[in-house]
Amino acid sequence: MTSESTQVLEKPSEAGPGKSRPAEVIQEHIVEIVSDSGEGAQRCGQSLASISARMGMGIWTVEIIPAEIQPPKRSVAGASGNRVRMAAGPVTNIGDKADLVVAFNEQVLLSRLRAGEVKPGATILMENAWEHDRDASIATAYLKVCAEVREQGYKLIEVPMEAECQKFVPDPRKGKNMFVLGMLCAIYSLDHDKAQAQVRYIFAKKDQRIINANIELLDAGREWAEANLDLAYKIPAPPVAEKQVVMNGNAALALGTVASGMEVCAMYPITPATSASHYLSSIFEKVGCVVHQAEDEISACAFAIGSSYAGKCAVTITSGPGLSLKQEAIGLAVMSEIPLVVINVQRGGPSTGLPTKVEQGDLMSAMFGTHGDAPKVVMAVSSIEDCFHSVITARKIAETFNMVVVILSDAALATAQQPFKRPEFRSDWLAPPVNQSAVPDHARPYDWDERTGIATRFIPGQPNGMHCLTGLAHDRDSHVAYDPQINEEGLLNRSRKLAAFQKTLRLEPVHGGDEGELLLLGWGSTRGAIQEAVGRLRAEGHKVSSQHLQFLQPMASGIDEVMKRFDRVMTIENNWNDPVSDPLIDNDNRRYSHLAMLLRSRWLVDVDCWGNARGQPLKPSEIHDAALAKLNLARGDAQ
Amino acid sequence: MTASMSQSLAQMVQTDYEIGDYQSSIAPRWCTGCGDTAILTAMQRLCRDEQLPPEKTVCVSGIGCASRLPHYMNAYGFHGIHGRALPIAEGIKIRRPDMSVFVTTGDGDCCSIGAAHWLHAVRYNMNMTMLLHDNNVYGLTKKQASPTSPKGLSTNTTPTGASLNPLNPLTVTLGIANVSFVAQVVDWIPELLYEVLQKAYHHKGFSFIRILQRCPNFMDHHFDAWMQDPARTRILTHGDGLRLRPEMSRVYKNQETHDPRDMARALALAAMPDEVPVGILYSNPDVPCYDELRAGERPSTPALVETVLNEEFDKVGIWPAEEEA
Repeated sequence: MTSESTQVLEKPSEAGPGKSRPAEVIQEHIVEIVSDSGEGAQRCGQSLASISARMGMGIWTVEIIPAEIQPPKRSVAGASGNRVRMAAGPVTNIGDKADLVVAFNEQVLLSRLRAGEVKPGATILMENAWEHDRDASIATAYLKVCAEVREQGYKLIEVPMEAECQKFVPDPRKGKNMFVLGMLCAIYSLDHDKAQAQVRYIFAKKDQRIINANIELLDAGREWAEANLDLAYKIPAPPVAEKQVVMNGNAALALGTVASGMEVCAMYPITPATSASHYLSSIFEKVGCVVHQAEDEISACAFAIGSSYAGKCAVTITSGPGLSLKQEAIGLAVMSEIPLVVINVQRGGPSTGLPTKVEQGDLMSAMFGTHGDAPKVVMAVSSIEDCFHSVITARKIAETFNMVVVILSDAALATAQQPFKRPEFRSDWLAPPVNQSAVPDHARPYDWDERTGIATRFIPGQPNGMHCLTGLAHDRDSHVAYDPQINEEGLLNRSRKLAAFQKTLRLEPVHGGDEGELLLLGWGSTRGAIQEAVGRLRAEGHKVSSQHLQFLQPMASGIDEVMKRFDRVMTIENNWNDPVSDPLIDNDNRRYSHLAMLLRSRWLVDVDCWGNARGQPLKPSEIHDAALAKLNLARGDAQ
Repeated sequence: MTASMSQSLAQMVQTDYEIGDYQSSIAPRWCTGCGDTAILTAMQRLCRDEQLPPEKTVCVSGIGCASRLPHYMNAYGFHGIHGRALPIAEGIKIRRPDMSVFVTTGDGDCCSIGAAHWLHAVRYNMNMTMLLHDNNVYGLTKKQASPTSPKGLSTNTTPTGASLNPLNPLTVTLGIANVSFVAQVVDWIPELLYEVLQKAYHHKGFSFIRILQRCPNFMDHHFDAWMQDPARTRILTHGDGLRLRPEMSRVYKNQETHDPRDMARALALAAMPDEVPVGILYSNPDVPCYDELRAGERPSTPALVETVLNEEFDKVGIWPAEEEA
C-alpha cells in the first residue's frame, strides 16, 4: 500500500469543501505536524486523526516527543508533535515517510528532515512570521532553511499562520494549532461538522468563549487554505460501519486492566509505561480498585504479589529498567506459584538507554531475567486492540496456572492511536470471587497434578488451608526441603505447567502464502509493518510470507513446520543484531536478535535476522528492502 | 444488643483456640538460647488471647533467622525474599482488611536491604504489626556487621572492627512522617514483650516494635550488661501504656512515666546512649491509615466495571454514521 503506487489522479467526482476546486483522490497520506513543545501540535495531530477516523478512514498516529519537558524553543532537539497516517482502508502501522509536513518553525522542520522522516518532494507548510523576526539571526536562519528546502526539491509553502490568527485572538501562539487543523481539514476535504464537533470535544471543559474562539480559528484556517492553497486531497473511505473506539496502547492496557477484573495495580513511575497508570489512576477507583504508587519498582512488584497471594490477582506495570529490578520478586512468584501479571512497555536499553523511544530489547530478560529456572508465560501485543484484550487473557492464564505472565508492549504502541472494534463487555472477563471455602482435610498446598503440574492454591482466609508459603525449595506441604528429589519435583511441576499451557496454544495462520522463498517471523508491535511489507513484496511477485507470534514463551507448536515450507527464514525485530558487514563479526560470534536466537536454539533452523535499534518503529519500506536484499543474495544476484 | 450477644455466643462456640492451635508441625530450628523463641511464644500467646482465627492471620517475613518465624506458626505464612516483607504485607492488607497481618524481620532485612520499605511502611501507616528482631548482627549468613552493629564489632566482614556508628531504628522510625506507634522491648523480659505486642496489635495503624534479641551464637553476652544491671533498662509506663506489676517494679526500679503522645520526649528516650528504654515510646491512633484511605467507596462489581468501561469507550467512541447524534 505505498502512496506512490496507489496515488491516482482522478477527475474529482465531488466538489471540494466550500469551493469547487478539484480534489486529488489518494489512498493514503502521512502528515506530520511539528512545533516547539507546548504549541499544541500534538493536539492538532490527534484531532486530525480523530476527525479522519470518524469519517471512516484508517488511521495510525504516533507522537513526536522531545526528551525534555521544556526543551529550548526553536531547536532541532525540541521538535514536538504528531505524525498521522490516514488511509482509505485499515492502517496497522506508522508507514514510511511523510507526504506533508506542517512546521511551526524551521528548526523543528530540520529535525524531521535530518531524521529522514520526510519523503523527497513532500509538501511543507511553514509558519512565515520568522522572516520578519526582530532578531536578525532568526530571520536569517529561517530564510536559509527555506532556500535549502526548496533547493532539495521539497514543495515549500510559507503560511502566515500568526498573522491570520491575530485577526481572531490576541496571542496567536495559542490557537495556531486550531488554525492549522482547519487548514488540514480543507486540504484533506474533511467534514466540517465533524471538525467543529472535535474542537468542541477537546475544549469541553472550557467556557463557551474559548470554544467559540477556537472554532473561529478552525474555520479561518479552512477558509484561508481554500482561498490560498492549490492543494486538495480526498481519501475515499467507506463510512464507519461498526462501533469503534480510538485510543493509544497504554490507554488500552489500562482499560484492559479494568476489564480483567484485577483490583490492584502497583507501579512506580517510569517512561514510557507510566501513562497507562496515569489513565488507570483516573478510572480505577470508580470501580472500587486501587493504583498503588510504590516507593520503588521492587516494592511495586512485591505489593502486587502480596495482593495476588491474598486472592486479588494484581498487575505491575513497568518498562525495561523496572523489569530488571523486579526480577527477584518475579522469581518468588514463580517459586511460590502466585499468579501475577507484569506489563513491560519496552524502551531502548540497556541502562537508561532511550527512555522515550521504542525497542524490542527485553524479550530475553522477560524470559530468562530471573535467576535459576523460572518458567513464566511471555506474550507480546501487536496492536492497540491487542493491548486491551491481552490483559484479560493474561489474568486468566495467571490464575489458571498460578503463573507469572509478562506482557510485552513497547513505546511505539504506548502512544500510537488506532481505532478498533468497540469491545462488548463480558462478565467472564472478570476474576471469580476469592475462594474462602474450607480446605478439605489432608489437602496439601502444593499437591501438583501429574498431568498439568497445577496445584490448587490455598488463599488466606480459607479455613484449614494454613501453610507457610516460601521462596525456598519446598515439598507438597510447603515445608522447606533441601532434598534433591523434592527440589526437582518442584522444578518439574513448575515447568509442566508451562508445557500444559503450551498445549492450549494455536499458531495463527501464515500471512501471505503457505510456502515460498522467504518467511519473515516477528513478534509485538512490528506486526503491521511486516505484513504491509509482505503485501508489497507479494504484489511485486516475490514469494514472501510472514508469521507473527503472540506467545514467545511457550511458543505454539507448528512453527517448525511452517519454517520448513520456506527456503529461508528471517526474523524482523526492532532490536540489536550484529551486522555481518562488520569485519569483526563472523558466524562464530554474531549475536542474533532475540527471537532469531530462540528459534535457532529450539528448532535447529538457520534463522537469519534483520532489524535495528534506532529507537524508531520499523518501517514497511525498510522491511521490504531488507527482505528483497535477502532474496537477491539468495538468488545470487549481484547487488 | 441481641445481635452482638448472639455474635459473641457464636464466637464462644466456634473459637476456643489454645496455644497449640498456633503451633505448626515444624519444630523451631533456631539455636539454643536464641531470643527469637521468646518472640514466637509471645506471638502465639497473643493469637490465643485474642482468639485470632488462624486462617485470618498472616505472618509475613523476609530472609534471615527472624524471618523463619512464619514457618513455626499455624497461620497463613509468607516467607518471601530478603528485605521485601513489608511491601508484600501491604499488598495483602490493601484488599483484605479482614486479615490480621504481622511482619517479622531482622536488622539486616529491615534496616539494610529493606530500608526503603521500612521508611515507606511507616509513612503508609497500614493496619499491621511489625516486629524487628534486632540482634545487631547477620546471623543466617554467619556473622557479618549489620546496620545496628556497635562500632568496633569484629565480624567476618569487619575483622578489625565495624568502622561506623550504628543506625538507631527507634530515632529513625520516630522521624518518619505519619509514624503512629513505636515501641521497644527486650527478649529477656517476656512479660513486657507480650504486653507491648498486645498494645501494638490493638493500635490502629502501623505498629513498629523493635525487639533487642539475643544471638547466642554470634553475639554471645552482647546484651549481658543490660540483663545484669536492671538500672540500665528504663521502663516507660503510662496510664495509656504499660502498667507494671509490683513484682516487676521491684526489679526494674528505673521507671519513667512517659506519655506516648510526647514526641519530643520519645526522641530523647530513643537516643539515650547508655540506657535501653522498654515500653511504648510513641503512640498516636489518629494518623490516617493508607489501607483505609484507599479502601474505595464501593466494592468492585461486574455491573460497575461494565458501566465505567462503557463511559470510557463513549469518550473515545466512533459510531456508524446513522447512530451519530
